[in-house]
Amino acid sequence: MAHHTITVTINGETEIVTVPSHMTLLEMLREELALTGTKNGCASGECGACTVMMNGAPVNSCLVLAVETDGAEIMTVEGLAHDHTLDPLQEAFVESGAVQCGFCTPGMLISSKSLLMRNPNPTDHDIREALVGNLCRCTGYVRIVDGVRQAAKLVASDTK
Amino acid sequence: MKPAPFEYHAPATVEQALELLATHGYDAKILAGGQSLIPTMNFRLAQPAILIDMNNIPALRYIEPTPAGGVRIGAMTRYQTAERSPLIAERAPLVAEALPHIAHPQIRTRGTMGGAIAHADPAAELPAVCVALGARFKLRRGTQERWIAAEDFFVGLFTTLLEPDELLLEIELPPLPARSAWAFTEVARRHGDYALVGVAAGITLDDAGNCADVRLSFLSVGDRAVLAHNAIAALKGHPPTAETIAHAAAIAAADDIAPNADIHASVDYRRHLAKTLAQRALTQAAERASAG
Repeated sequence: MAHHTITVTINGETEIVTVPSHMTLLEMLREELALTGTKNGCASGECGACTVMMNGAPVNSCLVLAVETDGAEIMTVEGLAHDHTLDPLQEAFVESGAVQCGFCTPGMLISSKSLLMRNPNPTDHDIREALVGNLCRCTGYVRIVDGVRQAAKLVASDTK
Repeated sequence: MKPAPFEYHAPATVEQALELLATHGYDAKILAGGQSLIPTMNFRLAQPAILIDMNNIPALRYIEPTPAGGVRIGAMTRYQTAERSPLIAERAPLVAEALPHIAHPQIRTRGTMGGAIAHADPAAELPAVCVALGARFKLRRGTQERWIAAEDFFVGLFTTLLEPDELLLEIELPPLPARSAWAFTEVARRHGDYALVGVAAGITLDDAGNCADVRLSFLSVGDRAVLAHNAIAALKGHPPTAETIAHAAAIAAADDIAPNADIHASVDYRRHLAKTLAQRALTQAAERASAG
């Protein structure tokens, strides 16, 4: 079984990891780097629970091989909060009640973060389109969309 | 829920990739975006012995104008790049309209234009769009290049004219005729799901307002993307009225397609969708052509 040593930036930290060729990015994050915030749902790109950012855009980490991330920048849900301060998105999710069981939340947050980085003032339609690849089986999306909208407002009022 | 072990190669050039393919042929799989391949590997439906990863070949990522007025798209161009390309929006509005229907943002970040073509999923948007546009594909094997028309390239379920040691390098979209317009529509149970039926339509008007040319193709109605020859012949030369379009759409649904039934839709329902969607797409294309 072939192994490969890759250099990948994860949440701003450079990691040098030796991985077998058939390891997915999701497995590397959870099993090798103990970043278990990213969840394993369907392993087929349907549910979005494993969504992380790769070079600034959302991907399903179950559908990317770890070796493919050599030289890439990855952001997981663990990279959102800084110095014990939550990201505005996380704050807004808490306030809006956008979290119930929490399994979809890391993926929801990363998809939402990608949206807000690209489009700080999204319409509800933009929010729903950005989250179409993330399934939630608890809250029914309304509060999640509320959370993203509120986060956009929080960021806008902070930067005024 | 994880892939079986395989040997991994990441060539930096097309030539290196072709050499690997020449050596390993049938045992090797090409990894483009991986958004169809990796799920099948996760479930061990595919267990390739060797994977040739094309993601380190920047020379295959481009969207460029052709002198004739068309667009050349490198096989490793990602959906997301194409979706945000002003050149595609201007010169291939049908592609721009169809792209957001492909899966969801996570998949479009990674999935590639060439991967979709080589994979030849009959439910995929891009093969049907390429067939409608009369695109052609550049293939290479060793030092030999050949061009294949989209309609000839897809020969069956997940099957194309690509040889085991041959690579798809480029999608070339022809220039759009004057007074032509296009439309894409599909029905899926949820946005991003595989469409039950999808339609790409194009109409070119002549000076008298008749259809000088008609293009109509379907996805999810059989084992490959289908060009609706009978419907096209029925509408060509006629003005695109509600009656002529309804007639052509009915012919398409009855004579041009051979849909299968599955748990999501019966044959009759697929034919019904094909007719209704063809009518809508042709009507929209005709309105856009008249307005433009």
